[in-house]
Amino acid sequence: MRPTILRLAAALSILVGTAGDVGAAGDRVTVGSKAFPESWILSEALAQVMRSEGIPEVEHRNNLGGTEIVFQALRSGAIDVYPEYTGTILEVVLHSPRRLTLPEIRQELSKQGLGVSEPLGFNDSYAIAVTRAARDRYGLRTISDLARHPEVRMGMTHEFLGRPDGWPGLARHYGLAMRNVVGIQHELAYAALAGGRIDATDIYTTDAQIERLGLTILEDDRGFFPRYDAVWLYRLDLGARDPRAIAAMNRLAGRIDESRMIRANARVVLGQRPFRESADSLLGESLADRPAGAARGGDHGLWGSIARNTAQHLKLVALSLLVAVLVGVPLGVLATRSAFLGGAILSVSGLLQTIPSLALLAVLIPLLGIGVLPALVALFLYSLLPIVRNTYVGLTTIPAPLAEAAQAIGLSNRARLFRVYLPMASPAIMAGIKTSAVINVGTATLAALIGAGGLGEPILSGIQLRQNALILQGAIPAAVLALLVQRLFDALDAVIVPRGLRLPPDRI
Amino acid sequence: MPDAAAIEIEHVAKSYAGILALDVERLRLEARATLALIGPSGCGKSTLLRLLVGLIRPDRGTILVGGTPMSPETRRTLQLRMGYVIQEGGLFPHLDGKDNVALVARDQGWPDARIRDRIAELLELTQIPPALLERFPTQLSGGQRQRVALMRALMLDPEVLLLDEPLTALDPMIRSDLQRDLKQVFERLRKTVLFVTHDMAEAAYVAGEMAIMRAGRILQRGTVSDLARNPADPFVTEFIRAQRLLDVAEIARP
Repeated sequence: MRPTILRLAAALSILVGTAGDVGAAGDRVTVGSKAFPESWILSEALAQVMRSEGIPEVEHRNNLGGTEIVFQALRSGAIDVYPEYTGTILEVVLHSPRRLTLPEIRQELSKQGLGVSEPLGFNDSYAIAVTRAARDRYGLRTISDLARHPEVRMGMTHEFLGRPDGWPGLARHYGLAMRNVVGIQHELAYAALAGGRIDATDIYTTDAQIERLGLTILEDDRGFFPRYDAVWLYRLDLGARDPRAIAAMNRLAGRIDESRMIRANARVVLGQRPFRESADSLLGESLADRPAGAARGGDHGLWGSIARNTAQHLKLVALSLLVAVLVGVPLGVLATRSAFLGGAILSVSGLLQTIPSLALLAVLIPLLGIGVLPALVALFLYSLLPIVRNTYVGLTTIPAPLAEAAQAIGLSNRARLFRVYLPMASPAIMAGIKTSAVINVGTATLAALIGAGGLGEPILSGIQLRQNALILQGAIPAAVLALLVQRLFDALDAVIVPRGLRLPPDRI
Repeated sequence: MPDAAAIEIEHVAKSYAGILALDVERLRLEARATLALIGPSGCGKSTLLRLLVGLIRPDRGTILVGGTPMSPETRRTLQLRMGYVIQEGGLFPHLDGKDNVALVARDQGWPDARIRDRIAELLELTQIPPALLERFPTQLSGGQRQRVALMRALMLDPEVLLLDEPLTALDPMIRSDLQRDLKQVFERLRKTVLFVTHDMAEAAYVAGEMAIMRAGRILQRGTVSDLARNPADPFVTEFIRAQRLLDVAEIARP
């Protein structure tokens, strides 16, 4: 139920993220989380309890984008369980017009092979929060009050704006006709509120920022928002594979109330503590017999994590680019063979470029799961166009007399292509590959959104936690990498482009 | 086929977008003959050459090279029996002179030693300084490029040479040097040569015979004095005069 920014970040983190296999492995239990701190903390807490229950291998894959991405990951078996909210299940998963009870939800989801645990104990509902200044100026106390002040500036997350149980439903329910409604990324909304750029935003009732920014939650006086009780959403086959996993979920049921969750969120968001540590503290507060030695793993040190993320990033870029070259150059050649083929190939590769990355990821996850493979496929698709197009342009702009000469002197088709046409087109082809490579380095930060690791991981977490240092840990190496890649390809030109094409003209 | 002509064209026509570019009833070139195709721009002389070398296909008619009809199946074999030089030489910029010259022979699977020997032979024949072959086309002058292009055309020792305005882009001094060298090479090698130019003096000097073309048709074929003395068409006289090379009456004088 978190906002769009988070979803974006999640998509990013998938692309860049941790290297990983597709699909949950045999004995391993994989806990997923969406791309926001509350989800990380809860999943980490569950992973720790599972370990203490004796499950040998528990993996926590965090930052799996928004609801669509993480839910697809669950359905495809890439993860086994993740924390979800009942309101989100109703609206986003079941598209139910009616507010179903928990048993009804269970029955519906069991048709998809999914189970729902007992509630964890807190309700993280949507709410509308306004700044203190706006509250005082307009005398706002309830959402109904907003109807009388259409001039209040609303900055809403894109997810909230798009969900039927979000802004469209709310505005209809209360008859709101606000004049200024903009879509904004969740974390940026805080900055906009603090800077007085917007007056109100959608927020979650356990958000740690409410107190820090002195926001007022408007009362939902006409009962629009459903309950968003946190539950575990899991694959029913998990119980058969390892009953201890179900036991772990049940141990946390009813143990985490709103105040505990707000504190746990605040430790991460405001106190800048690692989410593992916060999960650890949450378990300490919530369970009488807290699992021992729970917090573990994940600390690589600054340089270690930069090196690891950079290596992963490079791997994603290099592999996807390699395949894009192997496929793109032949496609570019094929495109010159007939006007029809050329038109088809160039439009399809152009079309691919226009698919928003999150949409592409959401399509790829049911097919390929999460992790490195879908990230590679997405990067490959985005790398195709410059290579295909430049190959095509390089071949079709060979001066006509030379192209004809190659046809008239009796060369075999093979020699004509490989000894004349492709070498002559090589500067353009190399330029296309170079463009793809540099774009790829940037786009690969999205891999973190689907758990493929890379430099998008610190960027994504940095955005979530509003820690610029963390963002820079990803952004600076990514920029350096882009420059190095550019240099590398400049150097490759000297090897690949024939010397005769690199000479200054007409010096005798 | 002992009596097969080197080149034989029958009832060949070619139109572009409904406009007739070439309509030749018959053109026969005996082995070892040299013929210059001459005429104003757009008269069809380049179209004729492009048909012969298999770059385009005629709308109707047959083209025979050494007795073999040109078809998609025979095209490549026939191309290997013809050397082709175009206006700017058609050298590939990514290959140095030697690689340009050797390109087709390599594709034919010639061993390196044979390629080396053949190049040495051609250097001897064409009097080209060997250093030119180490250079890339952009490092050569226009005249040097044409000499290397001629070498490339001769590499496989073809029966026929097709030259499409090979000297047109050159300045007059170099042009006259090259005209002399070309004439010598033709005489020494005794190849069948079809040479396209729009310069009457060049045609008269380099080739034994010329064929004047206009609007896709061959108006008249013969030596320069034949054409001047017995013009088959007023255009022939006009064309010769427009060339301002000499007084027509003077050429016509026996």
